[in-house]
Order: sequence, then C-alpha cells, then structure tokens
Amino acid sequence: METIPFTIEQFYKFIGERKLMAVKCRSCATLFVPPKNVCPRCFSTDLEWTKLEEKGRLLTYTVIHVPPKQFQSVAPYAVGIIKLEEGLHLLGMIRGVKPEEIKVGINLIVDFDTDMPSQWPMWPHYFFRPP
Amino acid sequence: MYNLLSGKEDALLARKPLVSIVSAGLSKFGKRKGMYGREIFAEAVREAFERCPNLNPKQDIEALIVGHMGESFEHQGHTGPTVLDWAGMLPIPAIRIESACASSGVALRCGIFAVLSGMHDVVMVGGVEKMTHRATSDVTEFLAMASDFPFEQWQGMTFPGLYALIATAHMHRYGTTEEQMATVAVKNHRHGALNPKAHMQKEVTLDQVMSSRVIAWPLKLFDCSLITDGASCLILTKPELARKFTDAPVHVIGSGQASDAIGLYEREEFTTLKAAKLAAREAYRMAKVESRDVDIAEVHDCFTIAEIVAYEDLGFCKPGEGGGLVKKGTTTIEGELPVNTSGGLKSKGHPVGATGTAQAYEIYLQLTEQAERRQVKDAEIGLTHNVGGSGATAAVHIYRRG
Repeated sequence: METIPFTIEQFYKFIGERKLMAVKCRSCATLFVPPKNVCPRCFSTDLEWTKLEEKGRLLTYTVIHVPPKQFQSVAPYAVGIIKLEEGLHLLGMIRGVKPEEIKVGINLIVDFDTDMPSQWPMWPHYFFRPP
Repeated sequence: MYNLLSGKEDALLARKPLVSIVSAGLSKFGKRKGMYGREIFAEAVREAFERCPNLNPKQDIEALIVGHMGESFEHQGHTGPTVLDWAGMLPIPAIRIESACASSGVALRCGIFAVLSGMHDVVMVGGVEKMTHRATSDVTEFLAMASDFPFEQWQGMTFPGLYALIATAHMHRYGTTEEQMATVAVKNHRHGALNPKAHMQKEVTLDQVMSSRVIAWPLKLFDCSLITDGASCLILTKPELARKFTDAPVHVIGSGQASDAIGLYEREEFTTLKAAKLAAREAYRMAKVESRDVDIAEVHDCFTIAEIVAYEDLGFCKPGEGGGLVKKGTTTIEGELPVNTSGGLKSKGHPVGATGTAQAYEIYLQLTEQAERRQVKDAEIGLTHNVGGSGATAAVHIYRRG
C-alpha cells in the first residue's frame, strides 16, 4: 500500500477535496496539525491521516485593516484561531459574519474555497463561518 | 533599585561575568533617505570606535556577528562581509544571524559564545536593517515572513494581526483595555522625546493613540512600532581584558534564549510568550538575580500589547497585571522600574535586525551614566528582552554595571 505523505502539500490536497485532515500518532494517539513526519510528543513515525469534525470555538480574533497586497480586495477581514472539537488549534479567515458581531467563544465551522491559485503555492483555502 | 544590603552581592560578585561590553554604537534611527544599510551600520561602528580610544579597530576586533532579518528590503543577502567591508573591518570573519526581530539579540548571545569558547578575545556584535525606502505593503509582506507561511500568511494574517490576536486574548482573559495599551505608547513616546537618536522624538496623547486608524483591531497605528532604518553594535571582550579598553565596562551576567512553534496558533496560550518566559528564567538563574533586582529594562514593544505581556513574562508583575502596571506609572522613567527609557521600538523605532543590540546600547548608556536627559539614577542591574516573530525566538540578557 502506498503511504500518503505527511506533508503540508498533502494537507492542502485534502483541503481541495473539502476535507480537514490531521495526523494521528498510532503509538500515543496524539493528533496534530500542521502535519509533521514524526510525532512531536513521542517521536514515533507510525502515523496516519484522520479526518476532523470541522467544528470549533473561537479563541481569539482580529480584524485586518492593513492587509498584504494579495488580500487588499477583501479588506477589512477577520482572522481568528479556533479550537477544534478534537482540541487542535487552527488559524483562518472568518467569513459570513460582520466583524462587529464576532465574539470570543462563538461556534464556527470549517468550510472550503477550492478555487486553485495559478501560481505557487497553488493551495486552496479553508475558512471559518457560523454554522 | 538593586539593594547592596540585600545579601545578594556575594553571589553577584562571586559570579564571573560572561563577557564585558567595552563600547557601543548606535546610528541615528529614522528615515535615512539615500543611505544604504551597510552605510548606516558603518555609522554605528564609528561611534563604538570613537567611544573607545584604547581599542585599535584594525588589530583588536577579531570577528563580527551581525543580526539582519531581510534580504528582501535591499535585495541584498550575504550581509556579514558586506557590512564588515563598509565599516572598514576586512578581512576578519563576519557571521550574519537571522532570527527575525531577535536577530541581534541572538547575535549578542553568539558573541558571548565566541568569547567564552576562548576562540576570540574581542568581538563586535550588532545589527542592521534598512526598511523605509519600501512601500508599507512591501514591508508588511517582508515582516510577515517571520510568521508561518502555510498556516498564517496564507490565511491573510499579518504581523500586527498576530499581536492583535494576543491582544484580543489578553483583553478577554484579563480585562486588559485598549486604553492600557495606549498608555504604553504614551509612555514610550515621552521617553523617546528625550532621545536624540529616536526616530519619532515627539510626545503623543492618549487621545491621539486611541483615535489613530485601525491597523489590525484592536491595534491601532499608534499601538505599532515604527518602520525605521538603523544599526547598532557592541564591542565584547573577556571580563579580565575589559579594563585594558575602558574604565567603565558593563558586564553581561546572564543570557537566555528559547524557541517556540513558529505558528502562534499552535501554542497552548496566546496571552504569554513561553519562549520569553523560558529565556528569562535561564538568564535570571545564570545571573543569580531575580526580577525584583532589575533596575531598568528595555523590552520588545513591537506592539503596545507586547510590552504588557513582557512585564508578565519577565516577572515584573503577575500574569494579567501588566496593563495595571503601566497605568500606575511604575515603568516610566521616574518610576520604580523604568522600562524602555530609549523610547523603545515604539518611539525610538524598530529596524528589526538592529533592535536587540540597540536595546543593549541603551542599557550600556544607562549603566555607564551616559544617557543624558533620560539618565536613570544609580541603576546597577539592567535587562533586555528581544523577541523574534510572534515569539518563536526570544533572547533575554542581564547586565551589571562594571
């Protein structure tokens, strides 16, 4: 059986398939994102990909008014860190809610924008939105 | 202030310093139009040599270790020999250190390694960055490179955005207010107004800070440090050689450095920088001093919230009390524990690669009574706190008057 690599490229391939995936250590059951080739807790290389629930709670956020060039057309926009049901943290853009209505603690789900950029790194986007 | 009757002096005197600073230089910070980074570095070096007539630059300096963050700014890599050449110091070895905004704090630590190893008797450490010639959007992009590309930058995150996430978390957890953050800016601008080398030698009011335009909510323009050109350097030697070069050395008695995940989101807590706490713990232990022994500190106020978090990480107050500490006035130049008498990154400016040794320069001036209008009386123990990125690198150093 061909092993699926535990790489960032692969993580984004899954995003393109509308799947939020984490790496799970078969030795100590630690889950982690971003993917790494070795378990950060026990150094085991016996790993597997596992699909996450794609639901979380907002831990902290900001509203970016001065964006980098490639995000100028969507500014101002909110970006936050969520704690997924499995306990992992993920940072992403928050869409579908007015910035002034965002509060720490609100529930958000992970959604996907599978438009593929034409230049490196050619990764699709995930983002967060209210359920 | 450090109390000579506290019973700690025996331990302090018994502990041999790691290295001694025998001279230091700082370029004018600001918009250095028409000046290249290497030329600005040469300006800092010239001051360090002029301050130390007993030192023969061509004979005594054995190596240069220079912090520099971004080759994007000037389309120039290979910084070590480039700045060395312009400072007239060829052909000694030159090493460039990149640790984002902590580049020269780490360069200082590497200079300590170089001297302590016995490989070199006298080395120069320093840092340089030339930033203001680029458009703000370019600078934003280059600075963001110190954060995680696939999981932060790719999501639209910016550098102020990361510290805004820290601010929101701190406000939510501890009730820290935007006004408390603004107070950091007011304080540091008041200090910077006393520093002839500061980028923005101008006081600001609480209202001005609070009503400035939003960059990354809750951080506003005046919560952010300045995009600045500048360079800094220190000359380090073995403590036993220090008196050959100067009657007033400053000893480095503690050095700590630690790392954390590059991605802020990966960390357990967003209200503290774990690497800074670990670096501080190591530096305090090495120096055999505690946070309450510190008389004066330069901390990494890249954003106002960062200074509040620094107070907590360095043990100047308990977690969550940083906002109250600045509000009380404890950290003003007249206060019990003056912090960022130079004006800090906020008002003196933040040429990223130069910041770490620029902080040490201010402590050097203070501990040798050369800080003029912003001189703090009788300071014995100084501390610098230099952070790279959103806290993936932190370097803390502790100094004692020689």
